[in-house]
Amino acid sequence: MSKPYSAASTRPPASPARDWRPPALSLRALQAWRRNFLVWRKHALPSMTGHLADPMFYMLGLGFGLGALLPQVDGVRYINFLAGGTVCFSTMNSASFEALYSAFARMQMQRTWDAILNAPMTLDDIVLGELLWAASKAFLSGTAILAVIWLLGLTHSPLSLWIIPLTFLIGICFAGMALVMTALSPSFDFFMFYMTLIMTPMSLLCGVFFPPSQLPEAMQAVAQVLPLTHAVELVRPLIYGEVPARWPAHVAILLVYGATGFCIALSIMRRRLLQ
Amino acid sequence: MPVLAVADLHKSFGGREVVNGVSFALERGECFALLGPNGAGKTTTLRCLLGLSEPERGSIELLGLPVPQRAREARQRVGVVPQFDNLDPDFTVRENIMVFGRYFGLSDAAIKQRLPELLDFAQLTERAEARIQTLSGGMKRRLTLARALVNDPDLLFLDEPTTGLDPQARHLLWERLRRLLNQGKTILLTTHFMEEAERLAHRLIIMDAGRVIAQGKPRELVAQHIEPEVVEVFGDGVQLWFESHGAPLAARAELTGETAFCYSADASALVSTLQQRGELRYLRRPANLEDLFLKLTGRELRD
Repeated sequence: MSKPYSAASTRPPASPARDWRPPALSLRALQAWRRNFLVWRKHALPSMTGHLADPMFYMLGLGFGLGALLPQVDGVRYINFLAGGTVCFSTMNSASFEALYSAFARMQMQRTWDAILNAPMTLDDIVLGELLWAASKAFLSGTAILAVIWLLGLTHSPLSLWIIPLTFLIGICFAGMALVMTALSPSFDFFMFYMTLIMTPMSLLCGVFFPPSQLPEAMQAVAQVLPLTHAVELVRPLIYGEVPARWPAHVAILLVYGATGFCIALSIMRRRLLQ
Repeated sequence: MPVLAVADLHKSFGGREVVNGVSFALERGECFALLGPNGAGKTTTLRCLLGLSEPERGSIELLGLPVPQRAREARQRVGVVPQFDNLDPDFTVRENIMVFGRYFGLSDAAIKQRLPELLDFAQLTERAEARIQTLSGGMKRRLTLARALVNDPDLLFLDEPTTGLDPQARHLLWERLRRLLNQGKTILLTTHFMEEAERLAHRLIIMDAGRVIAQGKPRELVAQHIEPEVVEVFGDGVQLWFESHGAPLAARAELTGETAFCYSADASALVSTLQQRGELRYLRRPANLEDLFLKLTGRELRD
């Protein structure tokens, strides 16, 4: 039986002009976002608990436990150092999981996107809605951790308020990248490559748990091109109450990663779903 | 002006022509059926009509708008019941309709106003707050139909709407579709249930391997291609009977497996040879769309 709805084995001839035309952005994307928000609202408590508890225990456990063994890091207590990294780590994870597993479930398993495409919505609206929604989840997770940081008195600087919009930007960056994987993925198992080959190295090289300056130079060079490094370099100084050095460059890099990922993902999804 | 006009549609996947020169037009208020075996190109044609798949050649005008160029605007006035259920499992019955209406840019107030009527139409008023997982197959289909009506469309696309339903659920759905036709809606239906096409369709086309191989009104097509009467014969010794009586007496006859199909203007002579043979069971009936379909598309399996 022919099922052109799914990624069938019979591929159409490549149509680069159609697949790679620029995204057509419209406000209808907000309805795709809203659909996801309404579902999330039903499961908000377990969802928030999961997204908050995990990074919080990392921060508290490592911060106090490991921190007791360490002299000052970066000139501050280890837990203060770890706070900024944890915001970024949690934000990255939240955006990535949403754009990988949840978006894939909606695209492939539940056929939610197929239903939406029968309405006057375009694939561009849907994918933009997914990008914004994953960034919103990142915003929720990042802001929740930030609230814990405030409550624990790990920062007193009003500059740390800038972290709130930054969590959304960091979310856009990692959601855009993850959507490329979702576009390519044949099944949930595929995401393991991204988790172990991209996300785990980022978590360990990009200054979340220790300063990258501790790493051999070659690894530092790798860390410099990874987006999580730039997220950390924005967030950590703000926790300390400092304006991040070269902040426009870091913001631009995060935006470029997110936008490029989004455009590539959309092109692959057009080829996959609109054949 | 036709509600939908398709001319010389071509679409291929990996070098295989899935839709090969399909043309047809729908008039307002009619039910038009696309018949064909699996893989005939019905669903691909529907996807092209909705602007979800770009044909290599051909022109489509949907509600006066060129597709795919202005497909989004055209879909604003179209309702779609897809072949596979894609209701939102995270929402209740009511929420499914609400959320779907918003994709059309409808205000919550407008959808809420329409909601009681849609739920009543789908016979789901009592189940408005039920989760999708608790619905039967028939309820899910009716909800999908109600969801497709949220924008009060001029034209409905139904892709195999009753596949997998039990007879009760199927008859209820047919009754609902007739009600929509009475309201003046236009319906484009794909199906491989001949009974469905016979009951609902004013006109139809039969597709096979991407081509239109017949088109017209169901009764006229049957009359044009098939002898008026059919005798189906089965039982021990059918082959002997077929060779000695069936084939010679019928205008056209086929033996497939254990069943003989004999087509004739008047089956009385055939039947009289059968009445003396207790070992053979037979069925005398008027020719129908399924006979036509099998004659035109053959009896080989299409999986």
